[in-house]
Amino acid sequence: MGQNIAQKIFNSHLRDTPTPENMVLDLDVVLCHEITTPIAIMDLMEKGMDRVFDPDKIKAVIDHVTPAKDSKTAAQGKIMRDWAKRNKIKDFFDVGDNGVCHALFPEKGFIRPGYTVIMGDSHTCTHGAFGAFAAGVGTTDLEVGILKGVCTFRAPVSMKVEITGSLQPAVSAKDVILAIIKKLTVNGATDRVIEFVGPLVDSMNMSSRMTLCNMAVEAGATSGICLPDRVTAEYLWPFIKGDYPTIDAAVEDYTKWHSDPDADYIEVITFDVSDLLPQVTYGYKPDHVRNILEMEGTVVDQVYIGSCTNGRIEDLRESAAILKGKKLASGVRGIVTPATPTIYSQALDEGIIKIFMDAGFCVLNPTCGACLGMSSGVLAENEVCASTTNRNFNGRMGKGGMVHLMSPASAAAAAITGSISDPRKFIA
Amino acid sequence: MKNFGGPAVLLDRNDINTDEIIPAKYLAEITKSALKSHLLEDLLLDGKQFDSRSQKMREAKVVITRANFGCGSSREHAVWAFEVNDINVVIASSFARIFRQNMFNCGILAMELSEDDIDSLFSMSGNLTVSVDLANEKVKLVSDDNSQDSVECAFSLNAYDKSLVSAGGWLAYADVNY
Ligand code: SF4
Repeated sequence: MGQNIAQKIFNSHLRDTPTPENMVLDLDVVLCHEITTPIAIMDLMEKGMDRVFDPDKIKAVIDHVTPAKDSKTAAQGKIMRDWAKRNKIKDFFDVGDNGVCHALFPEKGFIRPGYTVIMGDSHTCTHGAFGAFAAGVGTTDLEVGILKGVCTFRAPVSMKVEITGSLQPAVSAKDVILAIIKKLTVNGATDRVIEFVGPLVDSMNMSSRMTLCNMAVEAGATSGICLPDRVTAEYLWPFIKGDYPTIDAAVEDYTKWHSDPDADYIEVITFDVSDLLPQVTYGYKPDHVRNILEMEGTVVDQVYIGSCTNGRIEDLRESAAILKGKKLASGVRGIVTPATPTIYSQALDEGIIKIFMDAGFCVLNPTCGACLGMSSGVLAENEVCASTTNRNFNGRMGKGGMVHLMSPASAAAAAITGSISDPRKFIA
Repeated sequence: MKNFGGPAVLLDRNDINTDEIIPAKYLAEITKSALKSHLLEDLLLDGKQFDSRSQKMREAKVVITRANFGCGSSREHAVWAFEVNDINVVIASSFARIFRQNMFNCGILAMELSEDDIDSLFSMSGNLTVSVDLANEKVKLVSDDNSQDSVECAFSLNAYDKSLVSAGGWLAYADVNY
């Protein structure tokens, strides 16, 4: 029996198998942010274990609340800063060059095909877009990762989601993943790795693949994963050109991670997107998804464009194409947060920031901000937000608030009309 | 090894997520004890606000719930919020992966029972007390309602999870083994 990509990565990183179902893996990178790492650091210090297994394999950022909003978040940042310095972690990103972890770390070339990656953050699955096994963990797993460079997982069980057909204008990866989550339900992929394959995935750029993998966890998955190919190699080329003579050579090498034709899957689903309409959530769970026509007219108070799901340059372009020359509907607050400084600066160069500002948006520095309701755009009770983020849980963006998840195009359409609207009406 | 069990509280819902167990605004805390009074603060049951400050909740040592418990954010704060409230067992028909791992990593018990068994627990009357026999993988529920028979269910614990619970968590285990 052949192996799928997750099995290949597991087998090539296997340190130990304490039981047949449990596999202890060597880690290639351990990613850290200031919400879940400081407690790990404090605990390691208390136990006299303030060490790291390899400072070059640890990447850290302050991104959730930055710049600090109060003394508590300032203390979290300081714990990270001091720790990075003490332990000689040179890839540490602080105010000025920090951005949302799952957008920043890929942009720096830290994630490569075949890697094992953990982070104390459930959306670590985003990095599976590069053909890596990347999974969110809790603080104790993170502590052990930092200290020993290992993590335990159950032997991987993969399901294949094959995506076919081509997308209509103004329909994007976000709509695809929302529709897939609706089909799988929030529990449908628990303890599984979702392997995204098929012609649509092959034709997607890295940004769209990250959007797909980002929300795999919302169906319960341990991770999402795409097969590394030419698109992956071209994205990574600035970082890997010392390792390969040509892009072709990298592409060729990456095929070693590809799932074998006779690999084993617990389930195979084919999903055709040709007739897919823009999708939007209506309730407090990410599988509460409807097509946009069923939700049109729902009045919004705020529009939020950003996050690790949809805060990349491609997403900002998608929104700006609709916002260009238009104004926010009266009474609607617009907030945009480019996910990293590089994206911000690119958006400035392309005139995108101006489009947002002319429309009346508030442009925030790169941060998670309102996505998790910790700063910069928290909702008041009974307020409604059209958001490009990934979670609509009750209270997520502020107690009593309602979050409707949607694509950057749909969020832009809501911004100019003041209610949930079909973005296809606004494209040339 | 510590004893598992005690008075139970029942949360009759699927897909309770970690934002409901402990809202993000408390993630800026850097001590576990600060989470104590905020456990399940944002939980909705039947669309209504759950009373997380009730006497019953304060006395509970065990939570019984349904499918996909602990989904969403990876925050281990959710497990710590149980831990600092002396809740040492969560019984559900299934758990989200990260939450379940966090429970065992902290040396506390995430117990999976079949949906039928969970249904039978939810149909019991009176206040329930849970006792766990870890060695024999059996759990017994006794009600204070005399007309209600006690219920016993078998559960199974992976050998690795068991060794984490016995070692007192993953850090202690990894420190010895790797
Ligand atoms: S943008 Fe939102 S979902 Fe993404 S890492 Fe930040 S808080 Fe988490």
